[in-house]
Amino acid sequence: MVRLPYSTALTTLFSYGLLFAFGHLRDFFRRIIDSRKPTTNLKDYAPICLGHEDFYTRRLFNRVQDCCNRPIASAPDAWIDVIERYSNDGNKTIHRTSKTSRCLNLGSYNYLGFAAADEYCTPRVIESLKKYSASTCSVRVDGGNTKLHIELEELVARFVGKPAAILLGMGYATNSTIIPALIGKGGLIISDSLNHNSIVNGARGSGAAVRVFQHNNIAHLEEVLREQIAQGQPRTHRPWNKIIVIVEGIYSMEGELCKLPEVISVCKKYKAYTYLDEAHSIGAIGKSGRGVCDLLGVDPADVDIMMGTFTKSFGSCGGYIAASKEIIHHLKQTCPAHIYATSMSPPAVQQVISAIKVILGEDGTNRGAKKLAQIRENSNFFRSELKKMGFEVLGDNDSPVMPIMLYNPAKIPSFSRECLRLNVAAVVVAFPATPLLLSRARICISASHTREDLIKGLEVLSKAGDVSGIKYFPVEQEKTTAVEKLKKIQ
Amino acid sequence: MDMAFPVANATAAVLTRVSAAFNAPLARAVVFGVHIDGHLVVEGLLIAVIVFQLTRKSYKPPKKPLTEKEIDELCNEWQPEPLCPPIKEGARIDTPMLESAAGPHTIVDGKEVVNFASANYLGLIGNEKIIDSCVGSLEKYGVGSCGPRGFYGTIDVHLDCEAKIANFLGTPDSILYSYGISTIFSVIPAFCKKGDIIVADEGVHWAVQNGLHLSRSTVVYFKHNDMASLASTLEKLTRGNKRAEKIRRYIVVESIYQNSGQIAPLDEIVRLKEEYRFRVILEESHSFGVLGKSGRGLAEHYGVPIEKIDIITAGMGNALATDGGFCTGSVRVVDHQRLSSSGYVFSASLPPYLASAAVSAVNYLEENPTVLSTLRSNIALLHKELSDTPGLEISSHVLSPIIFLKLKKSTGSPTTDLDLLETIAERVLKEDSVFIVTSKKSNLDRCKLPTGIRLFVSAGHTKSDIFTLSKSLKRVSASVLAD
Repeated sequence: MVRLPYSTALTTLFSYGLLFAFGHLRDFFRRIIDSRKPTTNLKDYAPICLGHEDFYTRRLFNRVQDCCNRPIASAPDAWIDVIERYSNDGNKTIHRTSKTSRCLNLGSYNYLGFAAADEYCTPRVIESLKKYSASTCSVRVDGGNTKLHIELEELVARFVGKPAAILLGMGYATNSTIIPALIGKGGLIISDSLNHNSIVNGARGSGAAVRVFQHNNIAHLEEVLREQIAQGQPRTHRPWNKIIVIVEGIYSMEGELCKLPEVISVCKKYKAYTYLDEAHSIGAIGKSGRGVCDLLGVDPADVDIMMGTFTKSFGSCGGYIAASKEIIHHLKQTCPAHIYATSMSPPAVQQVISAIKVILGEDGTNRGAKKLAQIRENSNFFRSELKKMGFEVLGDNDSPVMPIMLYNPAKIPSFSRECLRLNVAAVVVAFPATPLLLSRARICISASHTREDLIKGLEVLSKAGDVSGIKYFPVEQEKTTAVEKLKKIQ
Repeated sequence: MDMAFPVANATAAVLTRVSAAFNAPLARAVVFGVHIDGHLVVEGLLIAVIVFQLTRKSYKPPKKPLTEKEIDELCNEWQPEPLCPPIKEGARIDTPMLESAAGPHTIVDGKEVVNFASANYLGLIGNEKIIDSCVGSLEKYGVGSCGPRGFYGTIDVHLDCEAKIANFLGTPDSILYSYGISTIFSVIPAFCKKGDIIVADEGVHWAVQNGLHLSRSTVVYFKHNDMASLASTLEKLTRGNKRAEKIRRYIVVESIYQNSGQIAPLDEIVRLKEEYRFRVILEESHSFGVLGKSGRGLAEHYGVPIEKIDIITAGMGNALATDGGFCTGSVRVVDHQRLSSSGYVFSASLPPYLASAAVSAVNYLEENPTVLSTLRSNIALLHKELSDTPGLEISSHVLSPIIFLKLKKSTGSPTTDLDLLETIAERVLKEDSVFIVTSKKSNLDRCKLPTGIRLFVSAGHTKSDIFTLSKSLKRVSASVLAD
């Protein structure tokens, strides 16, 4: 959990207050100047964005726009070509140049290194492209069901450890269309307070009541369950139809694992159903890459519905749901994304099939096991080194996602630009993806990072951290860091 | 009578005694120079009683919260419903399996069929140039983009694709989404908030309905493709409503409706929008690359300048033979979505090879405009051939590439209608090797239009394909619907 010291909180609030005050001042002068201009042909129309709705975008975010949406000109591998951009009017509009700079990629979700062309996967993908073409132009229940789709559903079910699976073309759409198909009015959804936006949208679209429990706090989850079952539906006090508890495997903004065994035991006691969203954890953690159930020793049969995406560890696109045969059969009849959306592109399906075969070792080599060991080793090494340097790093051991706390709004662009200047591509996140005071930089480690890459990354992060002043904890002086040790050996 | 007098006397005696007591010298005290009459004592006592009562706490039955033991009992008693209903006997669960590309001729379940089930309007599936550009992209960029647009998921092919589409349509800018249906249900909540008014056609498909539901605005539906109903709805909403000028108002329509094949009359809609001051959101998934002299969509077809339409969205999984979607409009419209559209910000970006396929497809359309006339002649021919099918009638527009056939006489329930149509489709596939499909609905869809058989015409179909389909359909529907 984040421990926010009072002095940092005060200075951060003060900085935001100053930015808001300046923003309002500029808005005030803008209104005066605009009232003198002649009215356009949009008279009698209400403005498409009211003034206060995009205040944050116009006055705060636009100043630091160059830290976000950076285009790249290569595959999102361990090293990328970031396109250089310039602006002539203080970041209001940004233009591309044709120059690129080669940077170390610490931002893409490339956990197992399948992002770029792979020796086993790419030839098979190109073959399937030539056979099935880039798209089926049809929905899955009509003419979009190819042999590859059926093969992948069986393979995913076997990989995850459930009887059956259903495939969908986009991870975001998986959550937002499956949850309404499972639960409706008269049901209750209890979700973790830090769940992803797709789960929030799916819960809202379903029409069921939604309650939130404090992040990873099992006692509070039990309290909410007991209170809701005893009270029943609001005002009528009828009992709920069913209760679904939604948690994620790894929370992408915290890097933490969820306390899955405790959640399962509480849900079993109160007869609630569990829905596990493994977008970031499938393929990346666990001894054989089967996700958080593998790592924490939970039987997949205890989780009712397991969801995951193929974007992160498998280098493709799309999502899946794995559950019992009856649930999958029901979803195939009712899920709107299955009935109305274009089916997943066949080359992307082939990429996932090949990636899973590599992870399971069924391609005849042990590259899969090597990748899994590499990512675990890389994550643990990087995290321990960052902590030794004095950064405030969140997340559990073994998780490849590492947020570094920044807090102050001025440190966000300074850290990001300094890293880019030293050829490291880092990701910074602020409001609204995180709470206002808790902005952070997020590092994602990949299995394709070598030890030299990591050491270079650590050096650059340390320099940028000194410039921005984000080493909130004391540096461990008594033990020499591994960086210096390796330097001595070399 | 005799009793009355003594009672009256007694009452009078009591009254005189009471008034004497009040007017007695004892009661006539002077405090601080103020006369205190006797009645003031009574009033003083009354005030004291009132004050006394007010200071007492009101009686409420005591609130007893549930004890832990009672909560335990309630939790033990409670039985949830199963997560999904049990599998119905005889439900159709098998979908035909394709073993080759979904072009005009394909292999389904082992045998070669004529394919009228893929929305491959320009015949671009299997096109050599597009496949070459995809192979180049795959070798350079891999398959996935491994990140959302904000975090190094923006690849130069995405920016090229956005510029190409904006250039093609004549708008200032456009924005790319990674999935066809997520486009419209992310765009609508980004612009329509609680308190806004949306007037939508009742035949819009599920993704639009989901977007309307997520936006939490007030939604009013008008009769499917009926301009008189639209005009009267707009009139009712704006007449006498002073507040209506300060809130945002939108009309949401599709260019070619998936659920019926009708085409929206855009010139009439633009006229109404300007009269009543509404904004138009147009969903062009099935008309982009199909309608209009050069395939630029519904606005070109009706000769309406593209600036008059505020927001245009389209999925690219139809004419462009790739995946994903785009949205285009003024600079303000597009810029606003880059930070507040949830399907853009919180989702991984489109795989780069699909973006380069889109660029090649638009290039092909610009260089070969004759493909549109082939498509149009195919549609006209099939329309003519199927106009006398026994038991089925065409309910779609003459120019629509989706030909929608519904039962002339419905059996009364949608499930039996769908069963009959599915039987026709299965027999056509088995006996004549023509692959056609019906319009299936999810139970979350609130559109009430009738189900039917949907035929997707492509520029890649030959005249003999069309004759095969019409012959087979007429034969099977005559046999199935005769009894």
